[in-house]
Amino acid sequence: MAWFKRKKQEETLPEKAPETPQRYEYGLSKSRKRFREGLLSLFGLGMKIDSGLLERIEAFLYESDLGTAVTELILDEIEKESRKKLLLNEADIRELMLRLFGEMFKDDELSIPLEQNQPCVVLVVGVNGAGKTTTIGKLASHYSASGKKVLIIAADTYRAAAIEQLDIWAQRAGVEIIKNLEAKNPSGIVYDGIQAGISRNADLILIDTAGRLHNKAHLMQELDKIRRVIAKVIPDAPHETLLVLDGSIGQNSLVQAREFSKVTPVSGLIVTKLDGTAKGGSMIAIRKELHIPVKFIGLGEKLGDLLPFSPAMFVNALFGGFEDRS
Amino acid sequence: MLEQLRDNLQTIFKNLRGQGKITEQNIALALRDVRRTLLEADVNYGVARSFIDAVKEKALGEKVLLSITPGQQVIKIIHDEMVRLLGDTQVPLKLDGLPPAMIMVVGLQGSGKTTFAAKLAKQLKASGKRPMLVAADIYRPAAIEQLQILGEHSSVPVYREQNRDVLRICRNALAQARNSDVNVLIFDTAGRLHVDDAMMEELSAIHRELKPREVLFVADGMIGQDAVNAAKAFNARLDVTGIVLTKMDGDARGGAALSIRSVTGKPIKYISAGESTEDLEAFHPERFANRILGKGDVVTLVEKAQEAFEEKDAERLEKQLRKNRFDLHDFREQLKMLKKMGPLSSLVDMIPGAAKLKNAQIDETQFQRTAAILDSMTREEKSRPEIINAGRRRRIAAGSGTQVSDVNRLLNQFDQMKKMMKQMNRMKLSKQAMQKMKSMPWN
Ligand SMILES: Nc1nc2c(ncn2[C@@H]2O[C@H](COP(=O)(O)OP(=O)(O)OP(=O)(O)O)[C@@H](O)[C@H]2O)c(=O)[nH]1
Ligand SMILES: Nc1nc2c(ncn2[C@@H]2O[C@H](COP(=O)(O)OP(=O)(O)O)[C@@H](O)[C@H]2O)c(=O)[nH]1
Ligand SMILES: [Mg+2]
Ligand SMILES: [Mg+2]
Repeated sequence: MAWFKRKKQEETLPEKAPETPQRYEYGLSKSRKRFREGLLSLFGLGMKIDSGLLERIEAFLYESDLGTAVTELILDEIEKESRKKLLLNEADIRELMLRLFGEMFKDDELSIPLEQNQPCVVLVVGVNGAGKTTTIGKLASHYSASGKKVLIIAADTYRAAAIEQLDIWAQRAGVEIIKNLEAKNPSGIVYDGIQAGISRNADLILIDTAGRLHNKAHLMQELDKIRRVIAKVIPDAPHETLLVLDGSIGQNSLVQAREFSKVTPVSGLIVTKLDGTAKGGSMIAIRKELHIPVKFIGLGEKLGDLLPFSPAMFVNALFGGFEDRS
Repeated sequence: MLEQLRDNLQTIFKNLRGQGKITEQNIALALRDVRRTLLEADVNYGVARSFIDAVKEKALGEKVLLSITPGQQVIKIIHDEMVRLLGDTQVPLKLDGLPPAMIMVVGLQGSGKTTFAAKLAKQLKASGKRPMLVAADIYRPAAIEQLQILGEHSSVPVYREQNRDVLRICRNALAQARNSDVNVLIFDTAGRLHVDDAMMEELSAIHRELKPREVLFVADGMIGQDAVNAAKAFNARLDVTGIVLTKMDGDARGGAALSIRSVTGKPIKYISAGESTEDLEAFHPERFANRILGKGDVVTLVEKAQEAFEEKDAERLEKQLRKNRFDLHDFREQLKMLKKMGPLSSLVDMIPGAAKLKNAQIDETQFQRTAAILDSMTREEKSRPEIINAGRRRRIAAGSGTQVSDVNRLLNQFDQMKKMMKQMNRMKLSKQAMQKMKSMPWN
């Protein structure tokens, strides 16, 4: 089941960020329909919870990558509820899930502190291939469209053609980029980039870093060094550290969030590739354990395919949508 | 890799072993834990269930319950079932027939296709083939430049063309290969979602026309439950011939390996474990299962050693490993050799019982620092590490541009190394085993 409809891959240059409310509604009605087909079939109206049904719910929860801890938590709640009430119907279960996850996300800070900081420095981190570079292109376009002066720093000095890739995104988004094709040392570039950002009066500085697996000590040290270099130029920066997670990754996402947080406190998540059939359920476990909010989700490979995260949307997409409003 | 799954299973097995007599009930209990472990390792829900069902059925057989060592029996059943699920034998690439042999590399976005294509090209070249890489990803920004650079690293030619028609590019690449001495063509295709019909059709068209001998589905080793959906869809369209798992240098539990294998029925052919072009291993189900089950993987270790050194080096290594006492001279030598064998973390994985060591920080730059420190020691110090007192430590630190704490750490590391070597000694590193494993995956 796809969360959202994927737009056709066109050859034309990507458009600017679309009006998000419509995208929400659109994606939502689609996902509602899909979830009706999926989850609804599990619940006959007024059906009593029995072990067979529980098992089917369990399968559904696991298959959304929610992981054992969250799945068991939900199943426990359902069982508790079913003891209180003889007949548990779909509305009860929906309510229960909405309550659980609604509470979890309710006080999350979803915006990036642009107004409080000038420039606002955003460090983007994650494992290899998660979607960092693409997401930076999208973020740059998003904020540049809303009138901010955006500057990108190309600090992935490792991956083949990483700088060229980011350069193309910067052009697409129409923002400036600080790069050095010869550089081998990412913190040097970051230092220069932030200085440049200050002197050019940038509102937002986005730093693209090389993908790194969180179990590689030397690469994590390198990240720590980048963070320290940033703080050397602007003491309270980075103002935001975004961890980009591939939405199709399973339980390792939680480990990634845990490990990256140890080196550079992660203030927000961006979950990518949710235009496929993966549901990104691991973000719930992360929210639960580490209290890191999801700030954006990635829905494709074009500039506009980034949406600010809405907890209600997620809860509805994943567990709601039992009723078809459309 | 997989150490978490391995640790969990080991705990379960330890409990099983502790129980002299196994009842239906405690098997059920143990299997519930195994199931949980599998699910935490991202094994697909349905796949985990059939796995448990199969084990349960066999474990509840009368012979098992009545045997003297029922715990061992259950472990054996779990192990065998794991191997069966991963695929019983190692399946090499099929590159025979009329040249050029064509290999199509496909998969989701960011799974590691381009890196793998370059690694494979390098390996094939080393084995005497004449490969060429084809840049068939025209969508992702700088994808062609990426392949070009990786191709240069591997000294493998890259076919590239400014053209918006991917099928034409592939066709032209084939024509050029036929007019040259290239005998293997590796197509690096763009990442795509399995639900993207237009993009999937593009692959189908290439597949129909070129009829490649191999279609390798590259999956991120960290992938979750969605693995089965993607793998099924790619397989249905392209009749995949093999699976590649990437980023296995991470700590993902790799349950996807079991899921993808079992829903497609296609063999896992390679394991990619690192960003550099050397980090590619053939997939061996038996060894992999052993790795999961905590038996270690001596064979792979030996094979790696063989690739990295000449025969006589390997013999010397073997002797080194057998030696019970060694000094810092040996340590320095070991470092040189280990360095050649690839990332230390992937080696530690193969040593039985060494999973715990991983927490003791495996760091590659530390490696270089260690070498510098060792080189700043006198011969005597290397032979008799116990004489290295505070004064000497300060001198060594200054000489190697490090801190005294680094020198201290090294001496501790040396002790750890000694323990590791002792572990290895206990295993039989026979010369025959080394000979036997010499065959390369595509032979
Ligand atoms: N640590 C690690 N990183 C890897 C491995 N294989 C690939 N990578 C990294 O993962 C990222 C994505 O790899 P690519 O080879 O570009 O992946 P791709 O499938 O070609 O990506 P697209 O063409 O964008 O779909 C890069 O940063 C690679 O360096 C691996 O085995 N281990
Ligand atoms: N379908 C889809 N693909 C994405 C998304 N975000 C990134 N990608 C693709 O994933 C691959 C890796 O992205 P990249 O930005 O290079 O990742 P990085 O290595 O973390 O910088 C590229 O092929 C991107 O086009 C997304 O939201 N949806
Ligand atoms: Mg990148
Ligand atoms: Mg690629």
